[in-house]
Amino acid sequence: MTRFTAAARTAVTHRLFWPAAVLAVLVLGNVAFTPNFLHIEVRNGHLYGSLIDILRLGAPLVVVSLGMTVVIATRGIDLSVGSTIAISGALACLVISDSGDQNSVGGVLVAVGLALALSLVLGLWNGFLVAGIGIQPIIATLILMVGGRGIAQLITDGQIITINSDPYELIGGGYLATFPFSVLVAVVMIALTAFLARRTALGVLIEATGGNAEASRLAGIRARGIMVMVYLFCGLCAGIAGLMISSNVHSADGNNAGLWYELDAILAVVIGGTSLGGGRFSLGGTVLGALIIQALSTTVYTVGIPPETTMLFKAVVVTVVCLIQSPAFRAKVFGRRPRPTPTTPAEPAKIEVPA
Amino acid sequence: MTTMPVRSRWRPQERHIPVLATLGLLALMYGLGSLRYIGFNDPQIILNVFIDNAFILVVAVGMTFVILTGGIDLSVGSVVALTTMLTAVLLERAHWPVPLVILTGLLAGAALGFGMGCIIHFFEIQPFIVTLAGMFLARGICYAISTSSIPINDPFWTYMGTSLKFGSLKVTWSVLISVAVVIIAALVLAFTKLGRDAYAVGGNPQSALLMGLPVGRTRIAVYTISGLCSALGGVLFTFYLPSGNSLHAIGMELTVIAAVVIGGTLLTGGTGYVWGTMLGVLSLGLIQTIITFEGTLSSWWTKMVIGILLFVFILLQRLIAARSPRPR
Amino acid sequence: MADMSEPVLTMTGIGKQFPGVRALDGVDFRLFPGEVHALMGENGAGKSTLIKVLTGAYSIDSGDITLAGHPVRFGSPLQAQQAGVSPVYQEINLCANLSVAENIFIGRQPRRFGRIDWAAIRRRSRDLLRRLRLDIDVTAALGTYSLAVQQMVAIARAIDIEAKVLILDEPTSSLDATEVQQLFDVMRELKDEGVAILFVTHFLDQVYEIADRITVLRNGRLVGEYPTAEMSHVDLVTAMIGKELSTLEQLEEEQRPELSALESGSPFVETVELGRKGSIAPFDLTIHPGEVVGLAGLLGSGRTEVARLLFGADRADHGRVLLDGEAVALRTPRAAMAHAIAYCSENRRTEGLVEELTVRENIVLALQAVRGWTRPIPRRVQDELVAKYISALQIRPADPDLPVRNLSGGNQQKVLLARWLITEPKLLILDEPTRGIDVGAKAEIQKLVAGLSRDGLAVLFISAELEEVLRLSHKVGVLRDRRLVAQLANTDDLDADRVLQTIAHGSDAASGAAS
Repeated sequence: MTRFTAAARTAVTHRLFWPAAVLAVLVLGNVAFTPNFLHIEVRNGHLYGSLIDILRLGAPLVVVSLGMTVVIATRGIDLSVGSTIAISGALACLVISDSGDQNSVGGVLVAVGLALALSLVLGLWNGFLVAGIGIQPIIATLILMVGGRGIAQLITDGQIITINSDPYELIGGGYLATFPFSVLVAVVMIALTAFLARRTALGVLIEATGGNAEASRLAGIRARGIMVMVYLFCGLCAGIAGLMISSNVHSADGNNAGLWYELDAILAVVIGGTSLGGGRFSLGGTVLGALIIQALSTTVYTVGIPPETTMLFKAVVVTVVCLIQSPAFRAKVFGRRPRPTPTTPAEPAKIEVPA
Repeated sequence: MTTMPVRSRWRPQERHIPVLATLGLLALMYGLGSLRYIGFNDPQIILNVFIDNAFILVVAVGMTFVILTGGIDLSVGSVVALTTMLTAVLLERAHWPVPLVILTGLLAGAALGFGMGCIIHFFEIQPFIVTLAGMFLARGICYAISTSSIPINDPFWTYMGTSLKFGSLKVTWSVLISVAVVIIAALVLAFTKLGRDAYAVGGNPQSALLMGLPVGRTRIAVYTISGLCSALGGVLFTFYLPSGNSLHAIGMELTVIAAVVIGGTLLTGGTGYVWGTMLGVLSLGLIQTIITFEGTLSSWWTKMVIGILLFVFILLQRLIAARSPRPR
Repeated sequence: MADMSEPVLTMTGIGKQFPGVRALDGVDFRLFPGEVHALMGENGAGKSTLIKVLTGAYSIDSGDITLAGHPVRFGSPLQAQQAGVSPVYQEINLCANLSVAENIFIGRQPRRFGRIDWAAIRRRSRDLLRRLRLDIDVTAALGTYSLAVQQMVAIARAIDIEAKVLILDEPTSSLDATEVQQLFDVMRELKDEGVAILFVTHFLDQVYEIADRITVLRNGRLVGEYPTAEMSHVDLVTAMIGKELSTLEQLEEEQRPELSALESGSPFVETVELGRKGSIAPFDLTIHPGEVVGLAGLLGSGRTEVARLLFGADRADHGRVLLDGEAVALRTPRAAMAHAIAYCSENRRTEGLVEELTVRENIVLALQAVRGWTRPIPRRVQDELVAKYISALQIRPADPDLPVRNLSGGNQQKVLLARWLITEPKLLILDEPTRGIDVGAKAEIQKLVAGLSRDGLAVLFISAELEEVLRLSHKVGVLRDRRLVAQLANTDDLDADRVLQTIAHGSDAASGAAS
């Protein structure tokens, strides 16, 4: 019994516990309304089911949130991902619609390559503004957030480019070996990010930079290089998401593609337990956070509430999550600051008393 | 006894440079437009910019207060939409009297701003996140009220929508209201403790606290003012486009922030003027006008030009900040 | 001079306790109208706590404060200011974005017809500043003026609040010589008007120039109150630093290699006129392999600045550095690290550790930074290295995966040391490595330093504790007022007295000093 409670306590204090619990509650709530919610079947060699839908529709958000996570870990933020999504989708669709044979795999690969290259350039631009010129991230990325919509519309010439390309549609709407291709892409991106973060030293260098920039500089870390890298990666992630989204709807809409994505991605990161103050980040938490947001939308839909009211739920979730994370709130409501208790007795001069 | 040597490189009022730059930009655009297009130098062109942007101007004034203290308010667009929705529903469905409807709308906006200000101050959560939640909340309430557009047919709105004629020139009531708001805001910022405290808080919150200024009260006040201005902007919006719609003013927060920055207000807080904000709004409006006059240019050039202007002005601010010595 | 019979401010038996540390212990302090009273003490002496108590930023646990004959207790800075106690801090607490005039009057602007009367504000600030011999455009933003002017504006704000007591907390640290003189002129004038001035500074000469009396604190206790005229430089320094025998067990007398033997070889580091304007005057310093060079001097004398230049944390604007006889550019910490230089900052928490990372991550951080992100240190190697240093330095608790913020100060310091030791440096710069840690850990770190130097490591050892410096160093560099004034060979005839004399007088009187 005691072992059980100890195990339970360990589970509750695990940082993925609360996001996972929220996701589980959402899924269970759905089961209560639609009993066959958990049902998954193979139809025409494709997986079908509500859970699969959540994964499939949530895939772009998962990918964008991965990039946002590493940016936020450096104490930054990237507001321009929505615009990058629109630009990437627009360029890919433009190239494909201009090519003679829309179904040519080579043509699609060229289009995808160009779109991703442009996304990297946009990420580089943000990184340059933040690390090179030293503009606050929120302001620096605001520029591309505003101007990027114009670029996207410039590419599409203000129209919605509709394409009819089977290879391209695979990215966001197709299936590979019974699995939705977009989910596979998301899984690959998760694996890639996890590899870069935890199998190379990038993760700990990012966390050190975000946790204490000056100490990191004095430890010899090239903080600027790290910053440029995270914005590059964030741009790439947004670009991939842009391809998924435009592929899923067979068209590119410079105006509306990726609208609100920056906010959803930031939300996913925060729900996942990564602090907006930088430092430690949790990729697993972010993935759960993104899935929570998608599940929320799906739930609202299946339960029969007008889908537009999702916003209300998001408002509640953001508020609750941020309040719980706020030390000031915890201090005022629970009457204590959640400082980890030192495992060794604090030495006399723990509080520095400068003369 | 000699006087203290003054090591400052004396430049006439550095904090005015961005506003002067905006004024120059505006003059340049107007001048070029007048040379290039027939009928552009008609004063009515400027008035039309005011007519089309009166509600944005009011919202931008509120945003200026917030940004001056170093904060940001992402909820303004949603609050505008919420106000149009409330106004339409209360008028057309509940049949409340006109003054009560307008008052309710304004109070709702101010209350939302007050709430966000309190959370930001007491729980020390970033304004970005709190107002993001506010944005979702206001937009969500809109959708909860109605997902379809509700037209407003009240005679008062019809009257407010018509133009006032001064000779050959036309303006609307909204223009007069928005200019009045700018004047009041300018006076508040220049001549009241609240206004000066806002500048101090934006300049250096720790110092402001040590100087004995009411930092918390100021913070909460500016978000309340922003909420109130957004609600008033929403009311003006319904004069311009008489309907309540959840889809109104989507993305307006970006336009407004851009206008404030182009108007010379430092996004880090502490420096800026509502006059600058007005020039910023006019600049954005004039770009739109030029693009309309040009004919061959498409509307998305507006966004790109705004993006470029944002970049230039942020860079300008960064350069000015880098040059002035700051106390350590 | 004004009436000296009645103190305007009396503080008696002031006590202030922080968790785990008694910051002030029964301190008495008094201040007469029309005097400049210097408050002196080293790091941790309790000066800033006393000032914070006086200005209402901290409440007191015990004791009484009397201002102008009335007992007072300030709940906030605002209350203290209203009662006539005005502080001017080193880090000027004004708003750089506002105009000079507004900075003086914000919060209590004169009004006319309900609105702020700008004309009156401008007029009155011009008058005020003229009293301070400052004739500047009061409508320009404060940030456009030099720090000296900003300091004057802060004083103007303080004295306009009808100050009875003016507290100047290190006002001169960012001023040049002429600016200091002008500040002193103003202080003399205010003094003549009967204002009581509490003056905190690290510069001894300034104390002797301007202060009428001196109060010295050490370790939160009052050492004494002295008329400046009756206190010699040496007495003052001795009072501040103290000479009571250390409670530490003495290091066993090691047979330290003779300095002459060390210096017969070629030096690892040699600086030629290395300096940086405003932080440290050009200095020549050599450190040989196996040599421990100690730096002694009061707080703010330039100890840390020397270290930061050698590590590339600050960029030198004068002179050059030779490593093994070759000129090198140490523009960034990375560059210094590439030449096997390591630096443990005195500010463990802000410049040393990344507190939310684990012990293991903090230990390997510098080594990892050198290798770059593409070549992670394999987990097995990490575990070996970390385990080795945890046991070698006796880091407790010996759990590599604990966040480093959960460790005590002494153990945090060892983690920081371990971080640099695994980079296998040739020069190790230690800035106050034993500050704020318990006695046991202190002895361990001292032993470690002695051992490392025996193994051939060059060490630059900075400490406010003279005993410690003398025990470990082969050579002691003495700093005073941001200048390296002497380098003394640590021979048998070098004792704390001579170092104190050197700090006090700015040069070594005794013969036999190393160059």
